[in-house]
Amino acid sequence: MNNQSNESHATLHDADRVKENLRKRRAEEARFKWLGRAAIGLALSFLVVLFISIFSKGIPGFFQYYVTLEVFLDAERIDPEGDAGVNSLYAGDAKGVINDAVFEILKPEGRKAKKSARKIVSKGAEKRLRNMILNDPSLLGKTIEVQFALDDDIDSFLRGFIDRNTPESDRRIDDTMISFVDTLNEMGIVSYRLSDYLFFGSASRNAEMAGIRGAFVGSIITLAICLSIAFPLGVATAVYLEEFAQKTRFTEFIEININNLAAVPSVVFGILGLAIFINLFGIPRSIPLVGGIVLALMTLPTIIISSRAAISAVPPSIKDAALSLGASKHQAVFHHVIPLALPGMLTGTIIGMAQALGETAPLLMIGMVAFIVDIPGGITDPATVLPVQIFMWADFSERMFIYKTSAAIVVLLAFLITMNIGAIWLRKKLERRW
Amino acid sequence: MRLERVFICAAVAAMLSTFVSARDYISIAGSSTVLPFATMVAEALGNNPNFKTPVVESGGSSVGKKGVCDGIGTEFIDIGNASSRMKAGELKFCESNGIKVTEIKVGYDGIVVASSKDGTLLSISKSDLGKALTAKVPSSDGNFIDNPYKNWSDVNPDLPNFPIRVYGPPTTSGTRASFAEMVNQKGYCKKDEEAKAALKAAGEKDKVCRAMRTDGAYIEAGEQDNLIVQKLQEDPSAFGIFGFSYLDQNSDTLQGAIISGTAPTFELIAEGEYSVSRALYFYVKHAHIGVVPGVQEYMTEWTKHWGEDGFLSDAGMIPLPMAEREYYLKAMRDLPILTADMLN
Repeated sequence: MNNQSNESHATLHDADRVKENLRKRRAEEARFKWLGRAAIGLALSFLVVLFISIFSKGIPGFFQYYVTLEVFLDAERIDPEGDAGVNSLYAGDAKGVINDAVFEILKPEGRKAKKSARKIVSKGAEKRLRNMILNDPSLLGKTIEVQFALDDDIDSFLRGFIDRNTPESDRRIDDTMISFVDTLNEMGIVSYRLSDYLFFGSASRNAEMAGIRGAFVGSIITLAICLSIAFPLGVATAVYLEEFAQKTRFTEFIEININNLAAVPSVVFGILGLAIFINLFGIPRSIPLVGGIVLALMTLPTIIISSRAAISAVPPSIKDAALSLGASKHQAVFHHVIPLALPGMLTGTIIGMAQALGETAPLLMIGMVAFIVDIPGGITDPATVLPVQIFMWADFSERMFIYKTSAAIVVLLAFLITMNIGAIWLRKKLERRW
Repeated sequence: MRLERVFICAAVAAMLSTFVSARDYISIAGSSTVLPFATMVAEALGNNPNFKTPVVESGGSSVGKKGVCDGIGTEFIDIGNASSRMKAGELKFCESNGIKVTEIKVGYDGIVVASSKDGTLLSISKSDLGKALTAKVPSSDGNFIDNPYKNWSDVNPDLPNFPIRVYGPPTTSGTRASFAEMVNQKGYCKKDEEAKAALKAAGEKDKVCRAMRTDGAYIEAGEQDNLIVQKLQEDPSAFGIFGFSYLDQNSDTLQGAIISGTAPTFELIAEGEYSVSRALYFYVKHAHIGVVPGVQEYMTEWTKHWGEDGFLSDAGMIPLPMAEREYYLKAMRDLPILTADMLN
């Protein structure tokens, strides 16, 4: 950069030494540049490998195999009490009606063949049929075409993860089932399409029915509680400490503690939540209310620290101008400093939220790392969150869960990226330069 | 405006202190081996429109057995799952808290030593398997030394000549505790004459044999059994220890080692021929039956699926013999209180 000035300062007999020196320094700079490029290249290649591995497994997870069946909805069998209510449908034989539709096509002979045929369609089929009738009772008595998911073993077979050449005893599906699946395939009623279970289904032990909706809603509720506690509390703390508090030993002590809290392992907050909210206050386990509070405690230090940095980055001249025009300190801070510091505060908050979104450790202690099927409807319904769902699916032995897991990871990543884009957009929108 | 929100938050916090709510769903926690089966039953109960789906947490057998005895009230779990039976000390903890539980056995699970189908099929006695994996073994002069065996053939010349490398669960796992007890302690240290003599000479109890090797022959692979399965598929010379259901799901790529002459098949585990298997239990708290809706129905739900044709056996759980099923079906109705006498 300043080579020219260096050269002009050099005396004549030093010219050679300077030249040598210059060459060295330029080489040093070039080496540094290349090192930097190599580092970035390496990081990028890791990122590419990561994305390829996630997406190559995750994208197939968004799809699954369905079979289209013609089902005769026998009112007497499906709805024995005739009121099309939940209890009547539960008591009815929706499963039998679907089995009959399968038998109609495959014509299995003998008890064993029938058992194999029954296994082809997902266990979730009857639930789907019951829900359709609940929504539209006029379907009863008609013959309709319905798409049912295939069982996860069949799905794995169609994906090619079960080789038909392995001996029958070593396969999850027997020869009869394979011949049935071949028949269905020849009839052209098997389709591979976007999985509706993945997005609209909740946790399930049947891999083909498992979905992320419950965990997704749980994540949103938990984050909403976390945000509504951590953001106002964090910003208020930052404003007070930065603008109003006297610099005393006591405030210094508080500052040090806030900084230390930011470094506390997240599981500790879970233990705190267990001890105080569950054991002391007697709040039930596994609910997002406690989860949100615990995550709020965890994100508070992040928000406070970044908010304080944002406030101190506002030029003091602005506040001084307001004060000199007769504004009270309260007015100067609330009308001028906070609006200007807001972009920085929001960035810090969203980083904190993104961290909270990916946490499982503090939730372990308060019972949110659990198998929860019902979709939460409020802050006191049991719920789990996306990363927990991923963690649990990764450990189930059924093969199809590998793909569901990767698909859920893709969704979590998309959620995170959306949040970050939101942060950038907010910052760009609110940012002011002077 | 912002201050107002702070006040609202304070009000919410104050409200929390008086928060008492009835729980209308069953809360279950415990063994990660029982979890896959318990979740299936929970889901089946949830299909009934009159009940919410029970919440099933993991945590390990000790969490299940301790958790169910922690206290009475909605903040405590109703049912604890365990893959090992309650011990007298654990029951004392229950009694000291004034809690009555009933023990229900639901099925069996075999622990398998599996390898890739591309590798060698290992046929090994329980004693040799323990000798290969336990941390300390007697040397030729009768002293206890760190396990020196590098290859399987060092343990017994009849075994294949390649390095011992076994992936298995960490110390927190009930599967590991059961394996160490059944194979290392009871299969090897209590049976092998040299080991018995050396234990006596050193004045140690056979419990010390439960420690697994830490020199790289036994590799802790975390609680994720799927990870072990993947490792085995990549490395045909390695073995893995996990529950039967994982072998069952991957029977096209993995094979289970024959232990003391018996292969780990569904039938042989069910008949009790395959010796490395343990029972699966849950413990139900009396004080919560009839208070939390569905506890009784959850128990009954198990009985609908725990037979040979039920979905639990499809998922790899080994059914109880008929007589035991009848016994525990009766226990679900009569709810006998678990006492120390019953544990012996």
